[in-house]
Amino acid sequence: MSKITFIEHNGTRHEVEIADGHSIMEGAVANMVPGIDADCGGACACATCHIHVDPEWLERLPAKSDMETSLLEFAPSPTEGSRLACQIKVSPCLAGMTVHLPEAQH
Amino acid sequence: MSEAALKRDGANDPYAIPLADIDVSDPARFRDFTLWPYFERLRKEDPVHWCANGMFGPYWSVTKYKDIMQVETSHNIFSSDTELGGITIEDGNAKLGLPMFIAMDPPKHDEQRKTVSPIVSPENLAKLESTIRARVGMILDDLPVNETFNWVERVSIELTTQMLATLFDFPWEDRRKLTRWSDVATATPGSGIIDSYEQKMAEVMECGAYFTRLWNERVNAEPGNDLISMMAHSDAMRHMSPEEFLGNLLLLIVGGNDTTRNSITGGLLALNEFPDQYRKLRENPALISSMVPEIIRWQTPLAHMRRTAKMDTVLGGKTIRAGDKVVMWYVSGNRDEEAIERPNEFIIDRARPRQHLSFGFGIHRCVGNRLGEMQLRIVWEEILKRWPDQPIEVMGEPKRVYSCFVKGYESLPVRIRA
Repeated sequence: MSKITFIEHNGTRHEVEIADGHSIMEGAVANMVPGIDADCGGACACATCHIHVDPEWLERLPAKSDMETSLLEFAPSPTEGSRLACQIKVSPCLAGMTVHLPEAQH
Repeated sequence: MSEAALKRDGANDPYAIPLADIDVSDPARFRDFTLWPYFERLRKEDPVHWCANGMFGPYWSVTKYKDIMQVETSHNIFSSDTELGGITIEDGNAKLGLPMFIAMDPPKHDEQRKTVSPIVSPENLAKLESTIRARVGMILDDLPVNETFNWVERVSIELTTQMLATLFDFPWEDRRKLTRWSDVATATPGSGIIDSYEQKMAEVMECGAYFTRLWNERVNAEPGNDLISMMAHSDAMRHMSPEEFLGNLLLLIVGGNDTTRNSITGGLLALNEFPDQYRKLRENPALISSMVPEIIRWQTPLAHMRRTAKMDTVLGGKTIRAGDKVVMWYVSGNRDEEAIERPNEFIIDRARPRQHLSFGFGIHRCVGNRLGEMQLRIVWEEILKRWPDQPIEVMGEPKRVYSCFVKGYESLPVRIRA
């Protein structure tokens, strides 16, 4: 288990323990973190689990696939730190990571 | 006679013909509403099915949720390009033969989609909400009571047409032209809407001329918040060819019209077919938020999208050849028991109601999905405010559209009791 902190757009914090090997999206959905919709269920096909990752954590994440890059371009207000939570698997090296949720997933 | 025997006795027995002869694209099955057992047989026996003699030529039918998802997420293999066939089972986007961004591959698709998407951004939707609510309210307040009327005409068409006119900042008194152009764009001769493809193209050209006039007015004016102005002032779109301009317009007209219109009608019909759900809704209007995506799954207002294989590939164990037409039947995937629990029941409080295929997935996922949902939400909020204690009653059979693409209604007789 690794601790991941989600910060909603309005500042509300959610600290969630996620089993290693599960995606950040799965951890958010299982723990009822609001603001992660995940319409496609983790297939990297809808961009409704958009998160913003701080630079110091961004470099520890695996590179984006072409599909993730394309989908993020169509998400509202993408930034340098934009990722899809379904594409990031939790592992001990991500323990303590903080991610920020956008105002809306659409 | 048992129900199964009755089913097999009828003229519409999918098990009475060889598997290879099944052609689920026959628009008559959608009009007559005899489509379900055919899709059920394909899902069970041949989920990726080759039909050599389809009404619209040879094609593959993809009928299960997971296989559809695979096609959706493999846009490098399965192309949407109009030049290769486009996005409908009829080549050239329902024979329009016009380019539009839904029927393009990256990178051009990406540039054009990004131009249009700000109109449905969360901030813009919030701005539109009060306008939509006011218009819904006026339409509902104007409805007759204790009298049977056509819900499609009085509510679904009127509301979606008003919305479209708002998005385009279209001359208000001419707004029904938008409804007509939307119907014409997807129509097949024989549907009662058009008699020939010549007639279709003549009306489409009329639409093009009308919008060219609006474009010319707006390209020379200050940038505005309507779609025409946004396109006219965008780097990615202002140099479109006349064909591309017309194609993208029709995409937005159809995308913002038929789909929402038929979901507004389909929702009322579903609630009448499942009166326990209607009761549950009246007791707890907060369920509107999970009911709206369920209506969109249940209705599946666009029954399919089509792709064309760019290379040989394998899908569900079948070898698909470069150039083959591949049809993703959303209408079938949305009833796939392996992906959706109790798929043949309309349930307004599902745990994950947005897990449906009606908007598509991948890079072509519906750009206006949240606008469509918002319109449905407001319609039902306003209906329940006005008639909290009793249902709006369906008084007879709906008349369904002759199309295997637009799954919709021409009429639905209903009555509101005072």
